[in-house]
Amino acid sequence: MYTIQRILGLTRRLARLAAALACVALLPIAAQAAADEPSAETEQWAGIRNYLFADRPIADNLGDVVELDAPFRAEDAAVVPIGLKAKADQSDKRYIRKMWLVVDRNPTPIAASFELTPESGRADIETRIRLEEYTWVRVIAETNDGGLHMARKFVRAAGGCSAPAGKDLEAALARLGKVKFKLEGDLQQGKPTLAQVMVSHPNNSGMQMDQVTRLYVPPHFVRHVEVAYGGKVIMSADVDFSISENPNFRFYFVPQGGGSELTAKVVDSKDLTFSSTLSVGKTGT
Amino acid sequence: MFVHIGQVAEAARDNAGDTSNWGFVVGERCVAVIDTGGSDATGRAAATAVRRHSALPVCAVIVSHGHPDHLLGLTALAGALAPARQLAAERLPAAVAARRTTYQALAQRQLGLESPPAIPVPEETVRGETVIDLGGRRLLLRTWRTAHTDHDLTVYDEATRTLFAGDLLFVRHLPVLDGNLGGWLEQMQTLRALGVERTVPGHGPVTDGSGWDAQSGYLTALRDGVRDALRRHQTLQQAVAALAAPSGWAMTDLYHRRNVTAAYSELEWED
Repeated sequence: MYTIQRILGLTRRLARLAAALACVALLPIAAQAAADEPSAETEQWAGIRNYLFADRPIADNLGDVVELDAPFRAEDAAVVPIGLKAKADQSDKRYIRKMWLVVDRNPTPIAASFELTPESGRADIETRIRLEEYTWVRVIAETNDGGLHMARKFVRAAGGCSAPAGKDLEAALARLGKVKFKLEGDLQQGKPTLAQVMVSHPNNSGMQMDQVTRLYVPPHFVRHVEVAYGGKVIMSADVDFSISENPNFRFYFVPQGGGSELTAKVVDSKDLTFSSTLSVGKTGT
Repeated sequence: MFVHIGQVAEAARDNAGDTSNWGFVVGERCVAVIDTGGSDATGRAAATAVRRHSALPVCAVIVSHGHPDHLLGLTALAGALAPARQLAAERLPAAVAARRTTYQALAQRQLGLESPPAIPVPEETVRGETVIDLGGRRLLLRTWRTAHTDHDLTVYDEATRTLFAGDLLFVRHLPVLDGNLGGWLEQMQTLRALGVERTVPGHGPVTDGSGWDAQSGYLTALRDGVRDALRRHQTLQQAVAALAAPSGWAMTDLYHRRNVTAAYSELEWED
């Protein structure tokens, strides 16, 4: 056996461990920002805010209309779980009609926009995104009265957009376009019920260059997802490759007695369409 | 037959990228090298080690899979030893091409290099089973369905009944899931049934059967834990929080939660 001579000294690993411990030590102080959290008034946000909302006022981080679930630090920058959480059920009088998910430092900062209706039940959406750098992540909800409400968190993760493509390229190609529905809880007639739709798709950005051919791996990503219940659209999403591989969305719908169908329609950047249907049981099942 | 056991650690300047296992086998006619470590330094060290023991030509350098800690020594090793062939499983070039920029940035940062290194790719690929004869000594190469990665390659030395498993086996170092958990568990059964005398893992000390037991324990618990979380409609975040890191392994803080994420993303597609 041969061993390679060790070079003594503080390793990068020890330094990084120390930094991680420092961040963890700050967590219990919930109300204060962590020491490494930069100002939320970023250059990127100023540009996006202007583009999407011009001069309209935006309630910032009040937590009364919408909240954002995001990890302090992501385990995997290519699969960062994000929750857009409404504070109240949708009602005909007051409902969230649109939500934007903005990631300041991603190559395409407007990661997704979701359109919802009173029939959605709740405006909550959970999904997974790619983060390229440490960044502010924001949800901006527009209520039916035109009001804008933002919730935001600073998330520590890096390399998600340029991260490795899928783990099993052959299997991914074989399964391309498969759409799966799941009910994530008990069916509650007349009450918002949680469901999930997932699409098997590489969701490539087209920003990876193959060093051998010097050509860019062509982009191939899901750009639109539409979910309907009983023939009425309850969630419509415009998305791009900021969403993780195999786009996945948890959403609510309101089952009505007599049974009906959940249908999903998915369109990708090559104009391929995929769809799926789930029969939702009749009253009592 | 000679084996070098790398450190169970992340690649860093202080270990010069020596964080994986490699070895070489000497026949009557030529030498084969299996894996190359994670840096120019390890590639050079491997070349020096070969030349200390044999003046025979090197008929092959075989790379078990394309993760940088096993691959990045190839340039220096091939430069020093001029192997007749460089071999890897069929899907290695595509996997490396997809991740090249990430690997370059990672290696530069971890090893403290001045610029991102070129990522080498073995010239020749194999699929299925192949035999290399070193002169009165045969090596059996075999590729597998997706397990640790989608391009794992093992090497079996008939003379000593030793299996170089690459990262199909981890000892001490927590197994890292970067392929398919179901496939890895399935093919572990085949690997264990091969009846070899000893196995050289990709990380950690050489083992008889006990290394396979420990890995099977972890991966099975991972699969069962994630399936249970999915059955109970837990979100990804909830599953990661609920499935506690196991004891008795190194590197769990770096890799366990990532493994749970990978397993969850895979198993949520099970019907």
